[in-house]
Amino acid sequence: MSLALPLDAQPADPALDGIIKLAILAVGGQGGGVLTNWIESLARSQGYHCQATSVAGVAQRTGATIYYIEMAPGDVASPVFSLAPSSGDVDIMIAAEMMEAGRAIMRGFVTPDRTTLIASTHRMLAVSEKTVPGDGMASSAEVRAAAEVASHKLILADMDVAAVSVGSVISASLFGALAGSQALPFERTAFEEAIRASGKGVEASLRAFAAGYELAQNGEPTPIAEEPAVSQEIVAPKGPPASQNAWAKLEARVASLPRAIQEMAQAGLVKVVDFQDDNYGEEYLDRLGALVRLDNAEREFELSREAAKYIANAMAYDDVIRVADLKTRAQRFGRIESEMRLGGEKVMQLTDYLHPRAEEIVGLLPEKTGRKLENDPAWMKRIDRWFNRGRRIRTDSLRGFAMLYVLGGLRGWRRKTLRHRMEQDHLNDWLQMVSGYLPDRYGMAVEVLRCRRLIKGYSDTHVRGLSKFDKVLSGARLVENREDGPQWVARLREAALKDEKGTELDGALKTIESFVN
Amino acid sequence: MAERSFKAEVEHLRKGTGDVFTGEGILAITKALLENGVGYVGGYQGAPISHLMDVLADAEDLMGELGIRFEANASEAAAAAMLAASVHYPIRGAVTFKGSVGVNVASDALANLASSGVNGGALVIVGEDYGEGSSIMQERSYAFAMKSQFWLLDPRPNLPSIVKAVGDGFALSEASNSPVMLMVRIRSCHVTGSFDTSDNEPPPLSVKDALANPQRDFNRVVLPPMSYAHEHDKVDNRWPAAEKFILENKLNEKFGPDKSKVGIVCLGGMYNSVIRALQRLGLADISGNTSVPLYVLNVTYPLVKSDLLEFCEGKEAVLLVEEGQPEFIEQQLGAMLYKEGGTTRLEGKGIFPKAGEYTGQIMFDGLEAFVRRYAPDLLPGKVLAPNAPKPELPDLSKTVPIRPPGFCTGCPERPIFASLKLAEQELGKHQITGDIGCHLFACLPPFEIGGSTMGYGLGPASNAAFDGGGKRRAISILGDGGFWHNGLSSSIGNMVFNKSDSVAIIVDNYYSAATGGQDVPSSRAENKTKSTNNPITKALAGAGVEWIRQIDRTYDVTKMRETIREALTTDYNGPKVIVASSECMLNRQRREKPQRNKAIANGQRVEQPRFGVDQDVCTGDHACIRLSGCPSLSLKTLDDPLRDDPVAHIDQSCVGCGNCGEVADAAILCPSFYEARVVHNPTGLEAWLSGMRKKIISWLQERRASRRLTFTGEGV
Repeated sequence: MSLALPLDAQPADPALDGIIKLAILAVGGQGGGVLTNWIESLARSQGYHCQATSVAGVAQRTGATIYYIEMAPGDVASPVFSLAPSSGDVDIMIAAEMMEAGRAIMRGFVTPDRTTLIASTHRMLAVSEKTVPGDGMASSAEVRAAAEVASHKLILADMDVAAVSVGSVISASLFGALAGSQALPFERTAFEEAIRASGKGVEASLRAFAAGYELAQNGEPTPIAEEPAVSQEIVAPKGPPASQNAWAKLEARVASLPRAIQEMAQAGLVKVVDFQDDNYGEEYLDRLGALVRLDNAEREFELSREAAKYIANAMAYDDVIRVADLKTRAQRFGRIESEMRLGGEKVMQLTDYLHPRAEEIVGLLPEKTGRKLENDPAWMKRIDRWFNRGRRIRTDSLRGFAMLYVLGGLRGWRRKTLRHRMEQDHLNDWLQMVSGYLPDRYGMAVEVLRCRRLIKGYSDTHVRGLSKFDKVLSGARLVENREDGPQWVARLREAALKDEKGTELDGALKTIESFVN
Repeated sequence: MAERSFKAEVEHLRKGTGDVFTGEGILAITKALLENGVGYVGGYQGAPISHLMDVLADAEDLMGELGIRFEANASEAAAAAMLAASVHYPIRGAVTFKGSVGVNVASDALANLASSGVNGGALVIVGEDYGEGSSIMQERSYAFAMKSQFWLLDPRPNLPSIVKAVGDGFALSEASNSPVMLMVRIRSCHVTGSFDTSDNEPPPLSVKDALANPQRDFNRVVLPPMSYAHEHDKVDNRWPAAEKFILENKLNEKFGPDKSKVGIVCLGGMYNSVIRALQRLGLADISGNTSVPLYVLNVTYPLVKSDLLEFCEGKEAVLLVEEGQPEFIEQQLGAMLYKEGGTTRLEGKGIFPKAGEYTGQIMFDGLEAFVRRYAPDLLPGKVLAPNAPKPELPDLSKTVPIRPPGFCTGCPERPIFASLKLAEQELGKHQITGDIGCHLFACLPPFEIGGSTMGYGLGPASNAAFDGGGKRRAISILGDGGFWHNGLSSSIGNMVFNKSDSVAIIVDNYYSAATGGQDVPSSRAENKTKSTNNPITKALAGAGVEWIRQIDRTYDVTKMRETIREALTTDYNGPKVIVASSECMLNRQRREKPQRNKAIANGQRVEQPRFGVDQDVCTGDHACIRLSGCPSLSLKTLDDPLRDDPVAHIDQSCVGCGNCGEVADAAILCPSFYEARVVHNPTGLEAWLSGMRKKIISWLQERRASRRLTFTGEGV
């Protein structure tokens, strides 16, 4: 951690003690204006002088927005208030989102000598965090650590959930947290009166206010982390007795694996059996077992754990059958209905946005026929003309459901398809490369396993992922005999996940080529 | 109708003598106009004075009662030109727009107005869009006052001072026959406070009365030889009259002790930050009583030389607090001091940075440096003592992402730019220019479309160099606001006349959306005082455009992309204009949400769409987000050890616009998206059918489940 902030602790002037300086950092659309109005009318109702300012205009559209309030007791003769916060000179900082709290700290609005920081821990991801093909989410932990150092008093809780769960919005729970922080010299009832006086959505706001107040006073209830959550435990699957028996055998095989990898192997097993059937689960454990035998306990079975994860992902590839199967399951319907808060008299129409291409159709055909058609541009064009268009399937209707249901029922057919053959070949080549590095180049084997992460998505995205995967593996071959080979592969993989086009990856590959040649 | 309604607040504008008004700066300005007998008002919206236009529009009934004419002008130029009514008639007029860009647009009319001189008070209220929260290039409107000789007020940022400045401005304008510009900064517009009101005054002469007795005088026309006389009149008569008025009425204010070896000259608008810095230095108290003499320029142009020199007299050094550049006032004061043989040191830029906003910290540092250098004895001991050790904080600059403004949830412009990005993926990168408006957000990730913005309505005009065509046609964006502001003539007219081979896309969202949802001529809303529903396509045809495509639902990404492709590849070599129309979602939701809730409560059948992502189908590549950036389309980390990357997730704020599904379809991304359309209060038949379907579907699902292993838990 570097010390980069120019934070001057200014000498406090007793003449200014009467002024309370409060800033609000929010994301446009979060209701920062409403919160400002409440605070202002609260202060005035308590006989305080009060001034609020905001920056209006287009800058508010979903961007970071700041509101600023100053107040002083009514017996002060015409106080002169500032229109903008100064670093090192803010008494109360309310941040309506975790990264906005970070921004407030960065701007010097939170200082240990005076600032009460009230921040919501929930995240509204910025565009730059979401567009990364991998995981680009900023670290809330870093902001939390900084907040603990920077603030005089800290109130951190998920104020968004607190408000939404009682049918309100975050401005109300933050107002409650402000009351609960006791940073303002006003009684709780005065706060509530300000909400009532505004006259809009009063009851819901008061509920969220109470939730925020409670969070500020007593903090978030600590999650019961000690007891393992029930959902983590794999409950015995439901199904016909024959399959149940087969499953028991598979589970027994998992139990015979080294302890360190059992959890991952169990998850992987569930995934592939769910994808196909128990036989497929057996194949999975065979493939995994081959690598486990080459692994050793000294390395804490790192290789096997990665293998358990990525072999399962590779075996449960995303084909038409899987998509149709997932889309017609009862669990899916239940999940959507609860997400859409369906209940009572309401009914729901469900439309799926699908767009098959010739490749997907050909992939469903038997291997031989499929290959023939795939290599015949005239046929591919024809199939494209027949099938390639956006399809809006009403999955709640009998016709739409039946179509997907039939497709999803083709699992028995899957092993004969061209797509399955292609996936199997790809999987075997990759695993062969991995085992080729064993036992001497253990690190290389682990890293090459992890590169499977690059293959994801459908159609063009999938093709792009495959090409990145191939590029990284070709890079891996260049450095396979080097001591730092594994680090280079990891670096290539991370670069590939940074941007869509693979610009960073190409750059990293150039670097490698420059020193191997 | 504008995004924010001031109908309730407008009632406070009826307050009279003895009442107290509490509220925002823009409302105070409106009230002051009414108290000062204004005869006509107008302007053009733009932050930070958009809401002033909204207040005026909402106060139209009240103004009608007083005989005041309100005009929502077509542009800042039109607004400034309206002040021509005050040239011959003794009627007070006020217009408002943003600075400096609005002043740029208005400068032609302003210069002519200043040359002609005015009879009735002419006030231009400029919202100076400078510093944090600004959306334009960082410049000062000050230069316009200097070049055309109209006077510039910059009152202290509190309601009584701003209200007083309105009255002073009219009186100064009439006393010196010159237009006056009243400048309010971003935060002053929305600063809240109170002031004592007085009764509203109907204009002594209304514009209606004036029409009954038309007046003209060719001496006022800007034509030689009168224009030469105007210049002399400005310098010989109007300017001295202004100085006299400023002095006699003490428009500039002095605070603090009479005698001191140092002094501070600041612009009125900077007063509060100067006081705050002095307070923190222990040199002023909470009520602003300062121990350093302070000369506050509530009139920043013209400068009254005698008064300023008197302030400087006997002082070793004077600090000028003037934000932005060039430092016009510092230069003028420096010249005054030099010419008078003054010995006072002038400080300003140097102690303060040449460019950028004077934030609290900069102000504090500047004032501290000045006092330490020239009068350290004034500083209390605790300030002179070394600073307390700095607290050590982790560096978050690499953690906290930037959060620039962007398209709202469900914005109809998003699919236009998604389509354009898809078309570019197919046909290659094109030369694209942007314009002013929300659509300029397309320049930012994830779209990164559009490389320049030359001014409101100038998108297509700024592609003129490429009008001759080439390997790939140039594309320009123009909003409906920009189209009616200036685009029809400067951009479309230019394309037609020069036989442009380029493509223009007009983003028609039914409002001047970026400025807060004001109506424009093509708005679809019925407006009782304005003419709306004038189609853009008709104007285009009238201007001579032959290749026009109207898209009535921008969310149809496939069609949008096809139309763009057609425009880029057609054999037709004249101007090609696509009008992409869908209502601004922010305004649409504001309009429909209460109606919808009411209908649901009343038991009416209402369909409410929302989109979702099947988390087990989504592979976490985020390609959909790279074609969207919608706030409601975010990420979710699954509790699944097999997953490395978070998956896409649509939250409760989704308004069901359909962009993500359309994009997933058009770009053939993935089958993860679905639309769930919840039907509230379904009809009896509908509910029965739905129940039957559910039964059959459940039976099929159970049948399959009984033949396979079914695992419970997330992600399966």
